[in-house]
Amino acid sequence: MSNGTQPAIQLDKVNKWFGQLHVLRDVSLEVATGEKVVVCGPSGSGKSTLIRCINRLEVHQEGRILVDGTELTDDTRALDTIRSEVGMVFQSFNLFPHLTILENCTLAPIWVRKMPKAEAEALAMEFLTRVKIPEQAKKYPGQLSGGQQQRVAIARALCMRPKIMLFDEPTSALDPEMIKEVLDTMIELADSGMTMVCVTHEMGFARQVADRVVFMDRGEVVESGTPTEMFETPQTDRLKLFLSQILRGH
Amino acid sequence: MSTTTTTHTPVPERSQPPLLVAGPIAWMRANLFSSVWSSLVTLALAYFLIKFTVGLIDWAFLKSVWTVPTDPATGKLNPDACRQAKGEGACWAVIWDKYRFILFGRYPFDEQWRAAIVLVLFLGLFIVSAMRRFWRPVLALIWVAVLTAIFTLMWGGVFGLRYVAQDEWGGLPITLILSTFGLACAFPIAVLVALGRRATNLPAVKLICVIYIEVIRGVPLISLLFMASVMFPLFMPVGLNPDKLLRAQIAIILFAAVYLAEVIRGGLQALPKGQYEAADALGLSYWKKMGLIILPQALRLVIPPLVNTFIGFFKDTSLVLIIGIFDLLTSGKVAVADPIWQAFSTEVYIMLGLIYFCFCFSMARYSQSLEREFSKSVRR
Ligand SMILES: Nc1ncnc2c1ncn2[C@@H]1O[C@H](COP(=O)(O)OP(=O)(O)OP(=O)(O)O)[C@@H](O)[C@H]1O
Ligand SMILES: [Mg+2]
Repeated sequence: MSNGTQPAIQLDKVNKWFGQLHVLRDVSLEVATGEKVVVCGPSGSGKSTLIRCINRLEVHQEGRILVDGTELTDDTRALDTIRSEVGMVFQSFNLFPHLTILENCTLAPIWVRKMPKAEAEALAMEFLTRVKIPEQAKKYPGQLSGGQQQRVAIARALCMRPKIMLFDEPTSALDPEMIKEVLDTMIELADSGMTMVCVTHEMGFARQVADRVVFMDRGEVVESGTPTEMFETPQTDRLKLFLSQILRGH
Repeated sequence: MSTTTTTHTPVPERSQPPLLVAGPIAWMRANLFSSVWSSLVTLALAYFLIKFTVGLIDWAFLKSVWTVPTDPATGKLNPDACRQAKGEGACWAVIWDKYRFILFGRYPFDEQWRAAIVLVLFLGLFIVSAMRRFWRPVLALIWVAVLTAIFTLMWGGVFGLRYVAQDEWGGLPITLILSTFGLACAFPIAVLVALGRRATNLPAVKLICVIYIEVIRGVPLISLLFMASVMFPLFMPVGLNPDKLLRAQIAIILFAAVYLAEVIRGGLQALPKGQYEAADALGLSYWKKMGLIILPQALRLVIPPLVNTFIGFFKDTSLVLIIGIFDLLTSGKVAVADPIWQAFSTEVYIMLGLIYFCFCFSMARYSQSLEREFSKSVRR
C-alpha cells in the first residue's frame, strides 16, 4: 500500500555486526518515492552493507527496515516479493554466464512474474533498446565489454519493473571510457522518476541527479543533505577530509 | 621528441609460417628428436611399440583359431585346434561358442531375443539422452517408457511372454540395469544431498546429509553389498523380502549418490557468490534459483569429475559378483569354467574388457564433446 506520504524505504536505527565488527551503527534513513539518494564514504565504511540490507542480501540484527511499507523479516515468501520489487545492480555485474543476454533479461519476468515468454522477450528488447544494446541480445555475457555487461545488468533489473533500484558502485569495475555509457543510462533512468539508492564515488553524477547525498563513515551516517550543501559547505571534519581526498584523487 | 623521421614499409602478409617451424617435420624435430638422448628414447620406444603391435596382430589375427569342429562322437565341440595353437594364437572359438552365455547369462536360451532387444533399448536410450535436442521434460517420459519396456521384456509374464524369474537374468543386461538405474536414481539424490549439505539455515537437514555422506563414504562398497544381501533380509519381516537384485541396486544407489553429491558440492562451492546474490536479488525462490541459475552452472563446472565417477561406477557394478548376481563379469567367469574352455580365459576376459571399454570410452568422449560445446557458449 503505497501512498504519497509513505517512504519507499525506511531504515530505523539499524545495527549490524560481522562477528565482532560493528558495521552499521544506528543507521536511520528514509527514501521517499521517486527520490534519488547517493551514498558515499570511505572504503569499509559500510556502504555496501547498508544497501545490501535493503533487499536482505545481508541480514540486520537490530532495528527495522521497511521497503514499500513491508518490514523485512525471516518470512521468505514476503521477502521474495519485496526482492522482485527492488532491482539491484552490482559492482561485478553478476550476469548469468550460461544464459544469453536476452535470457538473462527474461528469466525473472518469466519465472517470478509468470509472464508469457513472448511478452517477456518483447519487454526485454524494449529495455535493451533503452540501454542501447538491442543488437547483443543473442550473445552471451562473456562476449560483451564491461560497460555493455553493466548496462545489461541494469536492463535485467528493469525488466522486473521494480519500484526501487539499488546500485552498489556500478561503475568502479569499469575502464574510464565505459563509465560514461553506464552513467548516461543511470541518468536517463533517474530522469524517468525511478526511486534510486546509489553507492558511488562519481561526484559529477551525484551533483547531476541526486536529491540527497548521504555520507557514511565507520558504519554511521555522519552527514546528509543536497549535493550542493554537502560539496560546497560540508559541516563535519570527516566529510571535509573525505572530500579533499576524493578531489585529490581526481 | 626526436627529429629523425622513420619511414614505415608495410610487412607483406604470408598465409603460412615456414614449414620447418610449423609442419609435421618441425613437430617431430621439436618433440621426438630434440637431442641425442631424446632421439635414442624415441627409437627404443618405437622398436618396442612395433614389436608389440606385430606380436599382437600375429596372436590375435594371423595365428588365431576362429572356429573348432564338433566332435561327432560326443556332439560337443572339439577344442584340439585351440590347444595346439595355445601360446601362439588366440582361440576365438571360445567366444564364438559362448558369446550368448556371456552376454545373457542363464537367461533361457530360447528367450534370449528378449534380452537382446533390451540391450538395443538401452543403447537407444543412451543415444537419445546424449542428444541435447532431447534435453526437455519429455526425456523423463522416454526414460520411464523405455525402462518399463525393459523390465516387461526381462520379466515377461504378460503379453504371452514367458515369465523369467529374476535369478535367471544375467550378463550385460544386468550390468546395464545396475549401472543405468543406479546412476539415474543416484543423481537426483546426490543433487539434493549436495544442496542439503550446504543448507546452513537448516541445521537438521545439513546434519543428516553430513552423516549420510560420511557413513557411506567410510565403508567399502563390497561391505555395503554384503549387508544388502545377507544382513538386510534378517531385519525384514517374513514375506516382505525385496529380491536380491533390487537390494544390490539400492546399495549401489546409496553408494553412488554420496560420491556424486561430493562432486556436485564442489561445483556449488566453485560458483562465485555473486551468482547466488544476483538470483536472490531478482526475487527467485530457492528452488528456482538452484534449478535455473546455480545447478546448470555448477554441473557444467564438474562434468569431468562427474563423468569420472560415472565411469568408476559402471565398472564397480561388477562387484555384485561376490553376492552371486549374474552380471557381465560373472557370466564371463562362469563361461570359462566350462571344462572344454578352461584354458582359454584370456580371450574371454579380453572380450569383457572390450565391452567395458566401449561403454567407458564412449562416456569419456561424450563428456569431452559436452565440455567443448559448453565452453563455446560460456566464454569468460
Ligand atoms: N561478509 C563479511 N564478513 C565479514 N566482514 C565483512 C563482510 N562484508 C564486509 N565486511 C566488513 O564490513 C565492513 C564494511 O564493509 P562494506 O563492504 O559495507 O564497506 P564499503 O563501504 O562498501 O567499502 P568499499 O567502498 O570498499 O566497497 C568492512 O570493514 C568489511 O571488511
Ligand atoms: Mg562496497
